[in-house]
Amino acid sequence: MVERRPLTSLLTHFVLVLGVIAIALPIWITFVAATHDQFRMNQVPLPLWPGTHLWDNLNQTLFGAGLSGTEGAPVWLMLLNSLAMAMMISLGKIAISLLSAFAIVYFRFPFRMTCFWMIFITLMLPVEVRILPTFEVVANLGMLNSYWGLSIPLIASATATFMFRQVFLTVPDEMLESARIDGAGPMRFFFDILLPLSRTNIAALFVILFIFGWNQYLWPLLITTDTSMTTIVMSIKQMLEAAEQSPQWNIIMTTALLAMIPPIFVVISMQKLFVQGLTETDK
Amino acid sequence: MLKRVHFPSSPLPYLLVAPQLAITLVFFIWPASQAMYQSFLIEDAFGLGSEFVWFENFQVLWGDQHYLDAFWRTGIFSLLVAALSMGVALILAGFAQRVVRGAMVYRTLLIWPYAVAPVLAGALWVFMFNPTLGIFPYFLDFVGIDWNHYLNGNQAMALVILAAAWKQVAYNFLFYLAAMQSIPNSVIEAAAIDGAGPGRRFFSIILPLISPTTFFLLVINMVYAFFETFGIIHAVTQGGPGTSTTILVYKVFNDGFVGLDLGGSAAQSVILMVLVIAMTVVQFRYVERKVEY
Repeated sequence: MVERRPLTSLLTHFVLVLGVIAIALPIWITFVAATHDQFRMNQVPLPLWPGTHLWDNLNQTLFGAGLSGTEGAPVWLMLLNSLAMAMMISLGKIAISLLSAFAIVYFRFPFRMTCFWMIFITLMLPVEVRILPTFEVVANLGMLNSYWGLSIPLIASATATFMFRQVFLTVPDEMLESARIDGAGPMRFFFDILLPLSRTNIAALFVILFIFGWNQYLWPLLITTDTSMTTIVMSIKQMLEAAEQSPQWNIIMTTALLAMIPPIFVVISMQKLFVQGLTETDK
Repeated sequence: MLKRVHFPSSPLPYLLVAPQLAITLVFFIWPASQAMYQSFLIEDAFGLGSEFVWFENFQVLWGDQHYLDAFWRTGIFSLLVAALSMGVALILAGFAQRVVRGAMVYRTLLIWPYAVAPVLAGALWVFMFNPTLGIFPYFLDFVGIDWNHYLNGNQAMALVILAAAWKQVAYNFLFYLAAMQSIPNSVIEAAAIDGAGPGRRFFSIILPLISPTTFFLLVINMVYAFFETFGIIHAVTQGGPGTSTTILVYKVFNDGFVGLDLGGSAAQSVILMVLVIAMTVVQFRYVERKVEY
């Protein structure tokens, strides 16, 4: 700040606190709904202050029958499915893009630019626009209702390859020269020099990709028909539909809370990496 | 592009790019070309045979009032989402960069909606605006507004826009804050010495200097509103009431998977692909120009 203006400072904090309240309100209301019993959640006006039933709701949601009237998988299984999908997508993406970025930056080989452009094209096509034919491919390969089908079609994306390419280009040439003089082969160089050098970039990317993978909705919705493969994010929609008959908002909102906590935890606890990952992958 | 020093040629690089190329071919290029091919076909009513019809699917779309309406709706929807979320983020970032101590606390408190899945964001807002139970309809009733987004198309649209913008504020805030913090202090101080107050400095110095960020965010937000809001719409309104919140991505899904009009859906996919590519090209042209202080 350049000068002292107590009134402006007061206004600044006032606006920011207002902003924080507005941004946090939906999440606060979700939390409050998860702490009341079903009876209270059907009375107008709904509470704005937490109640005492959080543990009951958590217990019933995680291990109990969950929402009555739906034949869904138990919520703990959905959480596991989501975790598996998010981990496979983020680790898979990081692995294949590290390898291909390494090949494109450090080797000269025929069709190098062809490879580069083929990868580049995928940057432009989000899964939503080619959804039907991709679905057909996955169905033909027999990957419906499997972790492979959930994750592999989302693994290829150019953003990660691009980012690693930029990172590798900033590594000084002398590194490679000295490694070669010391007799290191390509893979030795990759594992002992390149990987350690790009450690923070990998971590930052992981944070972004984990959130991306966890929050997938349309794709899992299409390719999982078996309830045991349902992810937690998908289940919310089914619960909302069921809510039109029997509104059990305490259970629905507890599930929503459980679905939000892992990615929010990742963002808050790894904030620095998250911000780095966000600005690196998009710019 | 390529390192000055590199490894001697061997089969190794092919092995290294093979996994990514295989996945790209099988799950991107092949489906995309299938979509393109299918967009030239019309299947008969029983799904037994199909006929090659060149651009008829596109012509049908062009004459289809529902599709044209969806196009306009998507445009208005994405502009409003971008304007709302970027406006709020700009105001918050403008104030947050003035705070010396505690700026990071505010940042922490403002960024988490980014982590919430679109469909969850939709669920939260639909719960808050539930016509019989929700908090907001209860209060809106006092000022004489009868809220029911299941019946009122404009209210449904407003709700979807609110939910979509809420989720995106965090992202825009981070980029605006970073852009403002990278403005050299000397520029701000010089303006202050010349007698410009905080408001004047914001509008005459900061806002013009962060205009590249604004442009970048505009493209990103449009892409977000076009494609990633599917979950919100699916959870909140399912395109309804009527078709009042059916945006293009939702229509592709609806016509293809629910209506089983494969050719029409594929033609819509192709149009969307062209749109994405156009937006990406615009964005890349910007990236090349970068910031000029």
